[in-house]
Amino acid sequence: MTMPYYVAPEQVMKDRAEYAQKGIARGRSLVATTYAEGIVIVADNPSRSLHKISEIYDRIAFAGVGKYNEFDQLRVSGIRHADTKGYAYSREDVEARSLANLYAQYLGQVFTHEMKPLEVEILVAELGNGLRPPQLYHIAYEGTITDEDRFAVLGGETEGIVAKLEEEWSATWTLSEALRSAVDALAGPDRTLAAADLEVAVLAEGNGRRAFRRLVDDELVALLA
Amino acid sequence: MSLPLFTTTEDPGPDFAGLIRRLRVPTPLISGAVAPPAEGFRHGTTVAALRYADGVVMAGDRRATEGHAIAHRAMEKVFPADHYSAVAIAGAAGPAIEMVRLFQTQLEHYEKVEGVVLSLEGKANQLGQMVREHLPMAMQGLAVVPLFAGFDLARRTGRIFTYDVTGGHYEETEYNATGSGGRDARTTIKLGFRDGLDRDTAVELAIQSLYEAADEDSATGGPDLIRGIYPLVATVTAEGFSAVPDDEVAERFASLIERRRTEGRQP
Repeated sequence: MTMPYYVAPEQVMKDRAEYAQKGIARGRSLVATTYAEGIVIVADNPSRSLHKISEIYDRIAFAGVGKYNEFDQLRVSGIRHADTKGYAYSREDVEARSLANLYAQYLGQVFTHEMKPLEVEILVAELGNGLRPPQLYHIAYEGTITDEDRFAVLGGETEGIVAKLEEEWSATWTLSEALRSAVDALAGPDRTLAAADLEVAVLAEGNGRRAFRRLVDDELVALLA
Repeated sequence: MSLPLFTTTEDPGPDFAGLIRRLRVPTPLISGAVAPPAEGFRHGTTVAALRYADGVVMAGDRRATEGHAIAHRAMEKVFPADHYSAVAIAGAAGPAIEMVRLFQTQLEHYEKVEGVVLSLEGKANQLGQMVREHLPMAMQGLAVVPLFAGFDLARRTGRIFTYDVTGGHYEETEYNATGSGGRDARTTIKLGFRDGLDRDTAVELAIQSLYEAADEDSATGGPDLIRGIYPLVATVTAEGFSAVPDDEVAERFASLIERRRTEGRQP
């Protein structure tokens, strides 16, 4: 009779974390930062159809890095959660905090109970209103949730990006300043990123009820100049 | 509420109505039909739409009736369905408004999940399916008959769709009106309609049509000069949905009445 091998729980968790981190580090990073009128999210993503950033609800956006099919499934379930809640209660009852918590619970659940953890890191961003400041919820592959009110960096190697934004971040940034700084940080010292290499979206007032808007083509080029 | 996740075989895709059915969120369209009270529910009445050079104009009166009584004087019957389309309702007010809410969410849900906007034809079809699902209720007296219009971005033109209680939908080439005063509204538009009207003339014609409908039909509300409540008028063009400002509508009604008076016709 064969005995099952004993593996210490510490080792199991460590292996899973390593696996997830490796998967995430293979992809490119993403930056979200607040500026004077809203939140701008910038991804190093040359694809025009496979989005890393998308709209969840009137004032809520989603962004993910890592394995595309995994964070896309989370994105869709977020839209479903928000639309169902807004339909059953009212539009103003939909908020990012409860969605971020649900994501955290799910990621935590998968990390501890499933064979394979999700190789994703996600962001739920919510535009502030008169009562609340803008909020960035950063959720890691094992379900750790952190809330930021300045900026968030998702991806494998983020130290350099965080350090640069730490230095430059300002609450009174214009969109163009915030965008250029985020792009420089993403590019690092030895690369430059042009408009065609980027996926950019904002959550800002002035777009009507739905605050989410993608910045593309000429508008993006003008803002980066 | 937990995170709505489905296995790949049970995934509702971009269909919001299918999603809430799986999540068991109650909606009047989905729950089984029960015999409605013979009276005691509200009815909305006349709505009209016509094409013009830049797109479509849609208009609706503001009265809701409950039997022979006026139940509401400022009901809204013209809604933006999404950025490039509008929906107007006639019939039982409760289920109609609920249907509009579901329809609006459905279109936005599709757009967000799929990352692209449904075609105008696709939107019209979706609304038809909702009307069809409502048929059992309609058979018991709670009919909902919407009017759908929008700007077709692919064809660069305004298009209008009318429905019947079975969910059948029919594209109109020029104009149509529905509800209890629909016939009068339609005739008024018919007399003034030409191809390629400009915005002013089209809005004026929509306003006239509601005026005539209110004049002939007891369930249709005219301009309420005392309370300052006027029919809702909206346009949908390449720039999207836009409500005609209340002041402009008020002014048009005032000059319409003034014109009738000076011409020596019955106002």
